[in-house]
Amino acid sequence: MKLIFEESKSGRNSFNLPESDVSLKNFPVELSRSDVDLPEISELDLVRHFVNLSRLNFSVDTQFYPLGSCTMKYNPKILEKASNTPEFSNLHPYLSILPECKDRCNGALEIISDFQDMLCEITGMDCATVNPMAGAHGELTGIMIISSYHKSKNSKRTKVIVPDSSHGTNPASASMVGYEVVTIPSNSEGEMDVNELKKHLDTDVAAVMMTCPNTLGLFEKNIKQISEMAHSVGALMYYDGANLNAIMGKVRPGDLGFDVIHVNVHKTFGTPHGGGGPGAGPVGVKKFLEDFLPIPRVKRDNGSLVVISSSDKSIGHVSSFFGNFAVVLRAYLYIKLLGHDGIKYSAEMAVLNANYVMNKLKKYLKLPYDRSCMHECVFSLSEMAKVGASALDFAKYLIDMDFHPPTIYFPLIVKEAFMIEPTETESKETLDKFVDTIIDAVKLTEQNAEVFKEFPKTTIISRPDETKAARDLIVKYEKVVS
Amino acid sequence: MSRYYSKDHEWLEIEGNVGTIGITDYAQHQLGDITYIEMPEVGSEIKQFSIFCTIESVKAASDVYAPVSGKIKEVNEALENTPEIINKSPEGEGWIVKVEVANVSEFDSLMDKSSYENYVKGLD
Repeated sequence: MKLIFEESKSGRNSFNLPESDVSLKNFPVELSRSDVDLPEISELDLVRHFVNLSRLNFSVDTQFYPLGSCTMKYNPKILEKASNTPEFSNLHPYLSILPECKDRCNGALEIISDFQDMLCEITGMDCATVNPMAGAHGELTGIMIISSYHKSKNSKRTKVIVPDSSHGTNPASASMVGYEVVTIPSNSEGEMDVNELKKHLDTDVAAVMMTCPNTLGLFEKNIKQISEMAHSVGALMYYDGANLNAIMGKVRPGDLGFDVIHVNVHKTFGTPHGGGGPGAGPVGVKKFLEDFLPIPRVKRDNGSLVVISSSDKSIGHVSSFFGNFAVVLRAYLYIKLLGHDGIKYSAEMAVLNANYVMNKLKKYLKLPYDRSCMHECVFSLSEMAKVGASALDFAKYLIDMDFHPPTIYFPLIVKEAFMIEPTETESKETLDKFVDTIIDAVKLTEQNAEVFKEFPKTTIISRPDETKAARDLIVKYEKVVS
Repeated sequence: MSRYYSKDHEWLEIEGNVGTIGITDYAQHQLGDITYIEMPEVGSEIKQFSIFCTIESVKAASDVYAPVSGKIKEVNEALENTPEIINKSPEGEGWIVKVEVANVSEFDSLMDKSSYENYVKGLD
């Protein structure tokens, strides 16, 4: 398929601009350009180009997408419809922070405030902010809050502890705030090794960052003990909400001893995965950290909504206005749509589906931690890799079988990791078909592992050169001069 | 001249008081195609079993741990533009840094070739 630039023919056009009714007499000539080289294409060719491009997509709306750790859950279409209504989409963000205009966006502010309250109810926190614009941004915000808190106590702490199964964003966020990262190995159960933690836990530690269930899809059974140990040296507990989908409505991080959390609304509350686009990573904290939350903030005070635009202890702005409101709105609607019982049921189904797949497949694939999983399960394909079909090859095979590949090579502590997360909305029929396809693949490795190097055969590009892509990244179109 | 190996899959070759450090063939195989390497600065001090550089591959970004303490004398500049040398020749041309070894007693916590080979076998 050609790029739209390659389809360009000089003089073709798919729209006409009206005559400008503003005089360009005083427009500075040096700011005018005519060499921007935009594609010139007719409307029909334009439509065909993008429709055909969209047909190459793999998405939750077209195929099963069991991408572990990323929770590619189905996003109910009504959320899109509702969040695109002009009453919301045409709101100017300045209305929210200009005191004289506040009454003109009370509805939106009420949604933010109510969403914060619902988030606190689900996670066991006391106050929240919706301002961070992505999960990793929420993490950074959370660690900045922790750093400000320790500074306010004149406590000079230099270290943040993470488990070796953590998402890479955890050490990255801690590092961005200036902390030294200490990695604690997992024990044979796939959980944080408490004895190792003991060795490193002292008054230099600012926080312990945990994901629960962790990235192996396992619930950290010692989590309350870990929280108590961290608190006993004055360190705070940070909850990475990446896997909240498994426990929402069942267990509250706040009750497990966590002081700060972020939530990936795209993994838990039905908002689209950003892929660099608009996202949200709301942060919740316990009461004693409230003053450190970013500004602006909205909260209810004796029933009426108050916007707080400045605060001495706040870490300041982390985004303009209240972050990406339309994303928060979708998350709000999702929680309202499911309701109290629906949220619980969703977590139950996510866990049930993962255990179903895990138990069906564990006769065929190596399961490094053989115990009940939560919302995802991690296999090791090291045996297949030895005969020539690596986790990567398995993933490529699945594309031809019309499944999006699961996450591979993560978490790093499992060799040839193959991480399946079905999510709550998939039917038994879909799961069975997926399981059968994997079993077929295992049988195929026994007969002829070499064929795996040829997959995928059905895609427009079989195997892109990932190394070249990483080394020689080209992000804009350039005419090839031959 | 003798060669030592660490549990974290680095090798150390000693010639006089200079130690050459790289990652083992097993390590490069686990990492997959290497795309970028973040080098330490010449003159900086490294500490045994602490992170001294980061290697990015198509699979992950991974820390490299110093098998020995010392001062960096030289870095392999060829790796800046062609880090794939590590994949091709991890224990030869793909060396990462040369250090002035501070403390020879640190070698005691490293393995020789045959112990390392047994150690790797045990990992599978």
